[in-house]
Amino acid sequence: MAQEQKQPRKSSQEETASEEVVETDVAERKETIDEDVDAILDEIDEVLETNAEDFVKSFIQKGGQ
Amino acid sequence: MSVRRVMGTEVEYGISVQGQPAANPMVASSQIVNAYASSTARARRARWDFEEESPLRDARGFDMARQVADPSQLTDEDLGLANVILTNGARLYVDHAHPEYSSPEVTTPLDVVRWEKAGEQVMLDASRMAAQVPGSTPILLYKNNTDNKGASYGAHENYLMRRSTQFAEIVRHLTPFFVSRQVVTGAGRVGIGQDGRDTSPERGFQISQRSDYFEVEVGLETTLKRPIINTRDEPHADPAVYRRLHVILGDANLAEISIYLKAGTTALVLAMIEDGFIDRDLSVEGAVNSLREVSHDPTLQQLITLRDGRRITAVQLQLEYLELARKYVEDRYGADADEQTVDVLARWESVLTRLERDPMECAAELDWVAKLKLLNQYRDRDGLDWDDAKLHLIDLQYADLRPDKGLYHRLAGAGRIRRLLDDAAIEAAMHDPPVDTRAYFRGRCLDKYADSVAAASWDSVIFDLPGRESLQRVPTIDPLRGTRAHVGELIDRSETAQALVAAITR
Repeated sequence: MAQEQKQPRKSSQEETASEEVVETDVAERKETIDEDVDAILDEIDEVLETNAEDFVKSFIQKGGQ
Repeated sequence: MSVRRVMGTEVEYGISVQGQPAANPMVASSQIVNAYASSTARARRARWDFEEESPLRDARGFDMARQVADPSQLTDEDLGLANVILTNGARLYVDHAHPEYSSPEVTTPLDVVRWEKAGEQVMLDASRMAAQVPGSTPILLYKNNTDNKGASYGAHENYLMRRSTQFAEIVRHLTPFFVSRQVVTGAGRVGIGQDGRDTSPERGFQISQRSDYFEVEVGLETTLKRPIINTRDEPHADPAVYRRLHVILGDANLAEISIYLKAGTTALVLAMIEDGFIDRDLSVEGAVNSLREVSHDPTLQQLITLRDGRRITAVQLQLEYLELARKYVEDRYGADADEQTVDVLARWESVLTRLERDPMECAAELDWVAKLKLLNQYRDRDGLDWDDAKLHLIDLQYADLRPDKGLYHRLAGAGRIRRLLDDAAIEAAMHDPPVDTRAYFRGRCLDKYADSVAAASWDSVIFDLPGRESLQRVPTIDPLRGTRAHVGELIDRSETAQALVAAITR
């Protein structure tokens, strides 16, 4: 990877360690976001009208302004 | 001027009787308005006064003949449909086949938000009250603009402008702004084309609820051949001094920041037009087509062709207006610019910058992005194509006014959409008028002297006083008079309408 090649050689162990931390961080955050999304979709699943097709079909309006 | 200006909004709500798609919408709308009127109005209900209405007056300087007008344009004929004035100065009535709430006149974008959101609560209360009538079927209300089957209904804005401004200048400088502002103000829609039938598995979301229903650039109509710039010229104020710009292409927004930026940025552009500040021609080639093309591309990459040959995105076109507005405010006010003007400029810039980078960064502020984000999450999780009924349902239910069912409300409740006002401020605005326009006089009179007010309208309050044979009409032709500063004390100390009218006419 281009960025890794640019890294100075010294303290390469430290670099790797901190990169790992960052990666775990990102993974954790992604997991939290996924859980978050699941939570809101679960919440919305519960309030969505049943039988989407019929409900949408029966929403008929007269035109207005 | 800045973002401050006399303005207001009118929203027609989608309406359906649960389980009865064939129910008469005029009857249902009347039930909504009457339920609210009879539970809140006192012994007597003031009529709407149509004397000053002239819906066929055209800003270009002529009147349309009544005989050639479509019946839906004759809004000044009292058809016996429900129509009531509220103590907050608003008008709640049946317009065509929809219940409509017209906000009182306000002077700042934040007050536009406050009294428009109050209208949502009025409608919600009205539907709850209507449901209490024995034997009634629940009536559901939606703050949206289309049924996705060909019908559209409006969410209009009104801005008071100087009569001396040439209408052609308004058309020239406002059209490009209107073609592009939907990237900020769109409410989002599942469905392409007026009847939604151009939707395919891969393509089905657009930025605006309304854009597909606009067919001409300039015109008087609001119900057919809808124009980007509407020329209805009924100022409800001294016509020698003012015109009222009636904006019909906006979406009905639920997100407070969308409403706030819609009113704030439009007011700024109007101020620049009035002051002759816009030094460049941003005219768009084929504005009607561009309006639709921009709406149809939620990635915001669609290019608009300007008459000078440049091809730029809608966000870039908005950035041109922003840059002009920044210069304008700096030039006119410098460090003395008022707080909301500064805030509107900052939020406008922030939103445009993020829209250009990644629209999803605005999911907590703008309706169309919030809706699209939710739809995409469903598409990812459940593998849904754009023509799936569930996605259409999510679009519709986003606009459901009920806090437990409406998806906007669920998202806002979960902190996923940011707000500008708290519930208490909105609740108060259901009853209290703005203090800095004539709506204050109208609202206070309705509140304090309900039994003596025979009728009222934007520009008058008509009293029926004991011992007086004729009705007493108090004109309120100047939108900036009749404020709390002008009449607050007088109303406070006038125990009766007689005392008030005597003091005013003395």
